[in-house]
Amino acid sequence: MRSDILIIGAGGAGMRAAIAACEKGADVIIVTKSLIGKAHTVMAEGGIAASIADVDKADNWETHFSDTIVEGVYIGDWRMAELLAKEAPERVYELERYGAIFDRTDEGKIMQRAFGGHTYKRLCHIGDKTGLELIRTLEDKVLHSKAKIYDEIYITKLFIKDGRFAGALGIEMRSGDFIFFNAKAIIISTGGCGRVYKITSNSWESTGDGLALAYNAGARLKDMEMIQFHPTGMVWPPGVRGLLVTESVRGEGGILLNTNHERFMLRYSPEKRELDARDVVARSIYYEIKAGRGTAHGAVYLDISHKGADFIKRKLPGMYSQFMEFAGVDITKEPMEVAPTVHYQMGGIEVDPYTTSTCVSGVFASGEVASGLHGANRLGGNSLADILVFGKIAGDNAFEFVNGKEFTEVLSNEIESEIERVKGYIREGGRNPYNLMDELTTVMEDYVGIMRVGDDMRAAIKRIDDLKIRAREMGVRGTTKYNHGLLGCLEVENMLIVCEAIAKSALMREESRGGHTRSDFPKRRREWKRNIICYNNGGVMDFVTEPVPDLPDNLARLVKPEVYEDE
Amino acid sequence: MSDLNSVSNRRITISIYRSESRSYVDYTVPLEDGMVVLDAVRYVQEFIDTTLAIRWNCKAARCGSCAAEINNMPKLMCKTRIDTLPDKIRVAPMGAFTNVSDLVTDVSENYMINRQIPEFKPDERAERPWRIAQIDVDRTKEFRKCIECFLCQDVCHVIREHKADYVGPRHVVKVASLDMHPLDTLDRSEFLNREGGLGFCNITKCCQEVCPEGIHITDNAIIQEKERAVDGDYDPLLWISRKIRHNR
Repeated sequence: MRSDILIIGAGGAGMRAAIAACEKGADVIIVTKSLIGKAHTVMAEGGIAASIADVDKADNWETHFSDTIVEGVYIGDWRMAELLAKEAPERVYELERYGAIFDRTDEGKIMQRAFGGHTYKRLCHIGDKTGLELIRTLEDKVLHSKAKIYDEIYITKLFIKDGRFAGALGIEMRSGDFIFFNAKAIIISTGGCGRVYKITSNSWESTGDGLALAYNAGARLKDMEMIQFHPTGMVWPPGVRGLLVTESVRGEGGILLNTNHERFMLRYSPEKRELDARDVVARSIYYEIKAGRGTAHGAVYLDISHKGADFIKRKLPGMYSQFMEFAGVDITKEPMEVAPTVHYQMGGIEVDPYTTSTCVSGVFASGEVASGLHGANRLGGNSLADILVFGKIAGDNAFEFVNGKEFTEVLSNEIESEIERVKGYIREGGRNPYNLMDELTTVMEDYVGIMRVGDDMRAAIKRIDDLKIRAREMGVRGTTKYNHGLLGCLEVENMLIVCEAIAKSALMREESRGGHTRSDFPKRRREWKRNIICYNNGGVMDFVTEPVPDLPDNLARLVKPEVYEDE
Repeated sequence: MSDLNSVSNRRITISIYRSESRSYVDYTVPLEDGMVVLDAVRYVQEFIDTTLAIRWNCKAARCGSCAAEINNMPKLMCKTRIDTLPDKIRVAPMGAFTNVSDLVTDVSENYMINRQIPEFKPDERAERPWRIAQIDVDRTKEFRKCIECFLCQDVCHVIREHKADYVGPRHVVKVASLDMHPLDTLDRSEFLNREGGLGFCNITKCCQEVCPEGIHITDNAIIQEKERAVDGDYDPLLWISRKIRHNR
């Protein structure tokens, strides 16, 4: 297979990139691990953050910019935050012109809802199914474009020749055939790595494949310790533990209560209360449960029943049916039980803010898999804005990159040896990858979770090293055709890289900031206003830290200065 | 899945279709509170026989990947609680689609059909940013809930019997979602009646019964589109007046 641009991942970022590149005239192939239209974007509920000021007239890009930097706890890349704040409104209107529908105000403008950490009502939404609307709209657009789509393809390796991207190898799950994709550039839009944790809101797909592919190809990963714990995940029944309870419940007036019926957020955050940033609310819930004020299932209560059945069924139809069907709980009458769940990775592949290119020529990255925009904590609604804004930037710039360039050939014996490596996992008597996955996700949950401490993380790193050795014995029966077990082996290899990066970065960062909280370093420290970079140094994972670029004066005056307790 | 590994004396037997032997194989798995069919099937795939081919993704009834026939009823595995089923549980792949392996079927024809449906084409003269009434949003909202699980296609007896002639319920819903958009300018009734074979549907409402999103596929999409087709064929003025009626 041959195309100017290869895009891996068909979530919002990948599809928006495909549309941009096709519009410029590039020849595009988009491959996806699942079926098209099923990507994790579909799970996004709350909305798209954009300062169109249809509801709160005072909103503007400057405030959106400032909120993003401040709630990202000052280690986000200001250039990306500026691009996002300025371009999100046009991306929303454009999505509407592609056919997406949003709820409306009385004047017929786009309805926007309040969300944690946003100064104004800023999230454009349709009920609590915004992600579905976004993905279906982009899916239609891509299906009607010239982009060629290959779904249920699992990419196993990126090939780099003379420092430049040359191609990628994938397994077509439905046939079991290997396909080599020769391309001049690649856009990695494979989403996050939430499934390296036991309790997560993330889909089957989110095993951090794109991070590992990029790392192995020589790209740098940044701020991998910054994992977002969403405050409200379901806890019961066990089969749905971790499943997301949208922040819109709180945005629409839901309150958090402990088992003493106390609205505890008044204590932790008297002003913003339930709508403080996610890291703050998640930690507060964690403390309440630790203090013994949680339910028998290890949860606190989230109550919206005071808003009445009509309101709830109209504004939160997905939540209503989710609780009714899975837990047998009627949220119009009873409170929900919720606890934090792994939701998002703020860190990821380091990219140039203006082009989304990585340090490897021809390799681009956009969406959750890329880092920089969200700093230490992502605001709700900024991820959907992110995939639209930076998806387009990736598509545009990949086109600029490939324009006039030639294909680079990959030797067939290199491809053959990769095929042999993958086929090597098919054997009798191999170690079950799911047992290893189970152990790894438990280690991450227990030792590199919402509350971290040095000794735990050192133990986690030791356990990951041990798992790496045992992973060499992984193997499954069957063939290459639709073999989830085989994918499981390949995923475990990727997850081990991602977990090592998370655990080691988390151990390095000796402070608490955003999604990263350490009981042994409970304060935020000025000397850690830095980004942690991890890279592949000849097979060994190495780390460096770099200072966060300073805000230029015209932007600095928009942002509340950073305060450190000890100064 | 470790929750499923925890000590439990309760066990269930689940019978799953295996394509290699073309037969159902029984598996015994531990039972947990609130467990759904997908939990049991995943347990089999992960810890009993990793070669079992399954398709799933979100496990939250939002992506529509895990459609199957459970005790002969088209359902999402992630949304079907074990405690709602009789003791005997039998899981089969969707029967209207070509089988790829075990519980996985080839649903790619649906994406081909989507490609043929004329895209959303907005009124270019509408002043930007657009003003749209909430009542018009509410009208199209129902059709936009579709998660493309294709259970409605699976249950449709027209598709099962005359595959090539009728696009099927999912795609009528798609057309309805576009047609109901207040700023759309196209008439897709010709497409639905000619290439789409809408006339083959004899309104048995089976699709509506299996929709996990509760979309009134027959009542609100198929019947409306059938009427629109008739009106459109004989009275284009009526169609135009419907299209512009929303303008306030």
